[in-house]
Amino acid sequence: MELLNYMEKYKNIDLYSYFSQLTKEDVKRAISSRKPSIIDYLTLLSPIAGDFLEEMAQRAHTISLQNFGKSVLLYTPLYLSNYCVNLCSYCSFHSRNKIKRKKLNMDEIETEAKEISALGLKHILILTGESRKETPVEYIIEAVEVLKKYFDSISIEVYPLKEDEYARLIEVGVDGLTIYQEVYDEKVYNKVHIAGPKKEYSFRLEAPERACRAKIRGVNIGALLGLNDWRKEAFMTGVHADYLQNKYPEVEVSVSLPRIRPHVGMVSNYDVVEDKNLVQIMLATRIFLPRAGITISTRERKELRDNLVGLGVTKMSAGVSTEVGGHSSTEKTESQFDISDTRTVAEMKQMLLSKGYQPILKDWMHI
Amino acid sequence: MDNLIIGGIELKSRLFIGTGKYPNHKSMYEAIESCGTQVVTMALRRVDLDSKEDNIIEFIPKDCILLPNTSGARNAEEAVRIARLAKAMGCGNWIKIEVISDNKYLLPDNYETIKATEILAKEGFIVLPYMSPDLMAGKMLVDVGAAAVMPLGSPIGTNRGIRTKELVQIMIDEINAPIIVDAGIGRPSEAAEAMEMGAAAVLVNTAIATSGNPIQMAKAFSLAVEAGRIAYNAKLGATGSLAKASSPLTGFLGEGDK
Repeated sequence: MELLNYMEKYKNIDLYSYFSQLTKEDVKRAISSRKPSIIDYLTLLSPIAGDFLEEMAQRAHTISLQNFGKSVLLYTPLYLSNYCVNLCSYCSFHSRNKIKRKKLNMDEIETEAKEISALGLKHILILTGESRKETPVEYIIEAVEVLKKYFDSISIEVYPLKEDEYARLIEVGVDGLTIYQEVYDEKVYNKVHIAGPKKEYSFRLEAPERACRAKIRGVNIGALLGLNDWRKEAFMTGVHADYLQNKYPEVEVSVSLPRIRPHVGMVSNYDVVEDKNLVQIMLATRIFLPRAGITISTRERKELRDNLVGLGVTKMSAGVSTEVGGHSSTEKTESQFDISDTRTVAEMKQMLLSKGYQPILKDWMHI
Repeated sequence: MDNLIIGGIELKSRLFIGTGKYPNHKSMYEAIESCGTQVVTMALRRVDLDSKEDNIIEFIPKDCILLPNTSGARNAEEAVRIARLAKAMGCGNWIKIEVISDNKYLLPDNYETIKATEILAKEGFIVLPYMSPDLMAGKMLVDVGAAAVMPLGSPIGTNRGIRTKELVQIMIDEINAPIIVDAGIGRPSEAAEAMEMGAAAVLVNTAIATSGNPIQMAKAFSLAVEAGRIAYNAKLGATGSLAKASSPLTGFLGEGDK
């Protein structure tokens, strides 16, 4: 409840009324603030701050350099299953979509692991569709036991779990959790999550905190940009991340900035989030949360991803397939969404090196 | 420059270097070479022994002492496990204890650091603990076996200089072990300042790795550390609030007594 109450305070701020009163000086002050407040963060997301992207970029670059140096961590997702019991308007895996369903068995997982680890990657993010029946916690644990042999860091992106379930996964070797709220606005949330357990807004919202209580090393949160006004969603994401950072200082909090991508059964009435909007969110996030990880996935096209290096991004996916068995199997399934940057790990490494950045394949191991 | 002895090893250079945040391993190697450091710290959790291309140890000159650190440890138990793993991996028996459970400011937990230091010193490690500057905690670290103590100048990566100067000076004055200023030093002049204060050495990473030219910056730090140490040994002149002429105007007053 504490988180819900905390978020409630900010949820009711009339953003556009606040924005209408802002001056250029307010924006300049927020950019140069030693310790920006949540309201400074909101200022940086304002329309008027959109005229100060270069100034924000200079500050974000300096902060990124100080805190992370010239390095970017590379990881890849591994889709274990696309069985899903939810009906979400924005995702190919939803239960009524007539797509080929598949769940990898342990041998298949090991084959995928071998293929991926041969590329040198040591960090993996395992994903499932949201089905407790097809991919119960026991299945995920078994998969982690297999993957541990090949990877130093294993993160999960699965349906929200209870605290004791997160504790069990952490015990076997999971060190990171990615879970997107998708949309923080409850009305929109209710609308786009048409049916299924995902309709439970607060159980999902509190999932990262349950993992923090279970002593996870890192949590990665975010909104699926495009489902609602991006300024509102970016603001609430920042509020959520700040809450977690303050309450669980031992946990590494990261933010992802995924934009909706084409997928099977896609509808078209989304809020447009332009490149310059995405950049503004990233810069504001970096200035507000100097030490937070920021992830940019292969949803974004390569030219944009290349230009975001140095502005705040700390983690990038590479060599991505969003299909179950997509790294090794010849019998593939539909992808969760179409990726935009299809470069291999080697190509991503080369890109980073050419920009004077070090591609990091390993910055953690389970002790 | 007079030599520094830690764990029975005589060190000519009083500049310790970190290995994070460089644009690539080659520039890190060249920075290390250009400053002549003999002690290089690295996060053990970053070491990838499987990868020839990415294995950081391959890029650290063989004559340097490896100082693996326990970065990522959130309590004493994790730090001890990392230290033992480092030893088992062949990284030697020097270990820099970092116990940090605050990802926002990266400030060390002195209590857990003392616990880890005690366990590892008993096991024969040469333990260099990173700590928040505090006299009593520093004394305890030495009592439980720390070979040197590493208080921070300001939070990691901030390049804000020695904001903790008063506390670090007290530690230098009162603790009978080498005090190495670790974290926060952003400019060669600040490294020189630490050495003038009587610090035994300084550890620098961000200021070199993220500079425009890490090789030149490493060299600049090396010279600054040397200058600061020479100045300390030469004993700085006293400071005062009033101007003192180098040729006093009242010098004649004593002349009649001659």
